[in-house]
Amino acid sequence: MTHTKCTDPVVLEQWHPLISDRELADLGEFRTTLLERPLTIKHGARGIATVTADGPGASPKVLQQYGYVWASFGQDPNSLFPFPEFEEPDRRFVPTGVFGVNVSAGRAVENFLDMGHFPYVHTGILGEEPHTEVKEYDVEVSETRDEVVATRCRFYQPKAALASDEGADVEYTYRVPHPNCALLYKSSPADPSRRDVIYLFLQPMGEEWVRAHTGMCILDEDNTDESIRYFQQVIFGQDKPILENQHPKRLPLDPRAETPIRADKTAIAYRRWLSQKGLTYGVISVAA
Amino acid sequence: MTIDLSQWHPIASSSDLPLRHVYQAQLHGREFAVWRADDQYVNVWENRCLHRGVRLSVGLNDGKELKCLYHGWRYSNRSAGCTYIPAHPADAPARTICNRTYPGVEEKGLVWSAVDPAGDFELPEVLKGCDPLVLRPIPLNAAPGLALSRLADLKLEGGTSRQIASTGSYSHLAFDGLDLPELVLFVQPVDAHRCVLRGVLKAVPADPAGTLRQFNTALNRLRTLIEAAAAEAPAPEPIAVDFRPIDEELASMPEISRSGPKAELRVTVARKWETSEGVAAFRLEPLSGALPTFQPGAHIDVHLPNGMARQYSITNGPGEGGHYTIAVKREPDSRGGSECLHNAVQTGDVLAISAPRNNFPLRRDAVKVTLVAGGIGITPMLAMARALDAQGIAFELHYFAQSKAHLSFPELLNELGDSVVTHLGLNPAETSAKLNEILADYGFARHLYICGPGPMLEATRDVAAKQGWPDEAVHFEYFKNTQEIDDSSTFEVALARSAMTLQVPAGKTILEVLQENGIEAPSSCEQGACGTCLATVIEGEPDHQDVYLTPTEKAAGDKIITCVSRSKSNRLVLDI
Repeated sequence: MTHTKCTDPVVLEQWHPLISDRELADLGEFRTTLLERPLTIKHGARGIATVTADGPGASPKVLQQYGYVWASFGQDPNSLFPFPEFEEPDRRFVPTGVFGVNVSAGRAVENFLDMGHFPYVHTGILGEEPHTEVKEYDVEVSETRDEVVATRCRFYQPKAALASDEGADVEYTYRVPHPNCALLYKSSPADPSRRDVIYLFLQPMGEEWVRAHTGMCILDEDNTDESIRYFQQVIFGQDKPILENQHPKRLPLDPRAETPIRADKTAIAYRRWLSQKGLTYGVISVAA
Repeated sequence: MTIDLSQWHPIASSSDLPLRHVYQAQLHGREFAVWRADDQYVNVWENRCLHRGVRLSVGLNDGKELKCLYHGWRYSNRSAGCTYIPAHPADAPARTICNRTYPGVEEKGLVWSAVDPAGDFELPEVLKGCDPLVLRPIPLNAAPGLALSRLADLKLEGGTSRQIASTGSYSHLAFDGLDLPELVLFVQPVDAHRCVLRGVLKAVPADPAGTLRQFNTALNRLRTLIEAAAAEAPAPEPIAVDFRPIDEELASMPEISRSGPKAELRVTVARKWETSEGVAAFRLEPLSGALPTFQPGAHIDVHLPNGMARQYSITNGPGEGGHYTIAVKREPDSRGGSECLHNAVQTGDVLAISAPRNNFPLRRDAVKVTLVAGGIGITPMLAMARALDAQGIAFELHYFAQSKAHLSFPELLNELGDSVVTHLGLNPAETSAKLNEILADYGFARHLYICGPGPMLEATRDVAAKQGWPDEAVHFEYFKNTQEIDDSSTFEVALARSAMTLQVPAGKTILEVLQENGIEAPSSCEQGACGTCLATVIEGEPDHQDVYLTPTEKAAGDKIITCVSRSKSNRLVLDI
């Protein structure tokens, strides 16, 4: 029997990210919290990580995949989602940092899926007034893979290419293959036929408190890891104060809690998908 | 302790609301965004944007509207209605997207509010007639009831305090042996375990700054005392707050529709004046309460004493929520509408009007906007120009009129400065040449809006098309449809969502048939000009007879104006 405060079976049966393999190798040992429960992670021989619970209760199961140490308190955790780009040998894998945010995982995922805030929150980088329109795009919940997918998403970006000052529409695809993880695919400046991947893996410390693990799997020979990290730190630093001023902090699943517009189709599908899963942790469920 | 939500409390000092600031206030566990508009109106709103719950206290107060920091949604002064959603610049937001508001009254240097007031604000008797000095507020980690019971413990050096009176919300104190005015000390209940002490001296003392320091020290000592007492008892749970759900219709995003021209509002003609040669302006104010939110380009149906209903554009600038101002040109060959407004309707009269409806929305995702107004066509253009000006978007307003005496609202035009260019007394050829000049430099993210008499409007559209302006960048509004309507055809209309098939006979419009069969179908001008009765065509070939749709939209064949247009095919399937 586990002693976590979280009793939501949907969340307990997931794998949750704790730390990147690289960071753990540097630190040797790391203490963190998962679902209100303190844990210690140790870097062992040949990079094998061990995770032990601080205090009473059983230690979680451990998985090392996609460059991260994942843990689960479940009896039989769901297998982790596919992320084939991670395995492609010519891509660079760059973890771009961990951010503590006082908000629920659901709010952070929605912000990641949202294009409408680019001109206001990421002014001059991912968007710029007056080019504020979110054009029609497609969303589906893939039955076979149990994930929310948004395609044909286009948004005006002021400096669409590195070597250009001209703005243009950039195309994005979003995947939400896990209640707390999302991936963004964006055309690669280096190879137009392939797409760069940016990921957001959320570690729920509590219902209203997360660690956000961010990073990229990209085709890029020009930029240093440091400049890529710096870019992502700027972007996330702009999102954090907005996320922490969302009220309520937990994600409301009732369609009448907030006002959806067509631009929010992905978020609407995501909320409905969470409702259908019966997830209750970090959300405000629809009143029965 | 039960909470009385009807009680008024001070929630801020007037000095907390400096120019263009948004102040975060709290009362009984609720958070408020409090902001003063440039017209001095104090708005007290629930502190969350209806879209994604971001606090509005981190938003931007531009003096007329409050803009949410997350997605740039704009909410109007007074009504708290949403006026613009940047993610969908071509659409007018449903006017029912409206923030929850609370009453706000500014008196004696304080802002007063109540969660659920039983009646209008009444200043506590103890403050009546005084010239007050408001002290610095002191927040406490203590239950409001506990704080109230200990207010008499306030001690000032060199004197003794004496409680004259005490109520459920304040204590009235005097200071014997000190040359100081009496103090009224309010407890603002912030939450179950938190409150703010708000002191008001009943007169301005000889040394205000020194007195403020003196009370600040004394109140901080009182704070330590009360918080120590509060720490001995277990802290109560914070007050649980429910957020009011949004309207059901908004949750699924369909447009709100109602049959026919509506007359849901009563207004009084507060002022009627001749704004230019042959043009009367009317300032319409609500009989009671507030007016619904309008957006630039919106019109209202005005129901006239002679039984007619006519459409007039609102000229107001952003945030001007206390009235609607319209203008009416005297038409010699009027069907009776302008005649009636010019002659019969006088200051003080009561009129029935509809809520504003916007079929001519202003896109603001533009690097520059060109507005072209002909004569009385200035009215929607004025509202647009004032919104663009307030938002800092580059624009030019070209106003074509017979003479200087024919320029309506000269005082408002002056405020817009060099962005307004007037073109006076031009003949059609000169007008056309001028339009060629104005429309010569089409570029990315530029938009053109036109309102004026039919021939001028058509000339402008022709010039724009020749100069390379794409259809989607050209927006226009006709006063009326002067085309001859051919209503001789007979066809069948199938309503996909209502699962009904109806016959439209010669001499009747689709709209009339819909309304006769109990289908909710909004309409306004009913002559193919305003666009209110627009429907989506799923199947069939529409016979367009309106002046609302652009040629591209007409050619696409997937939209129809049901009050005049008909069907070329035997059957038309509509998404109704």
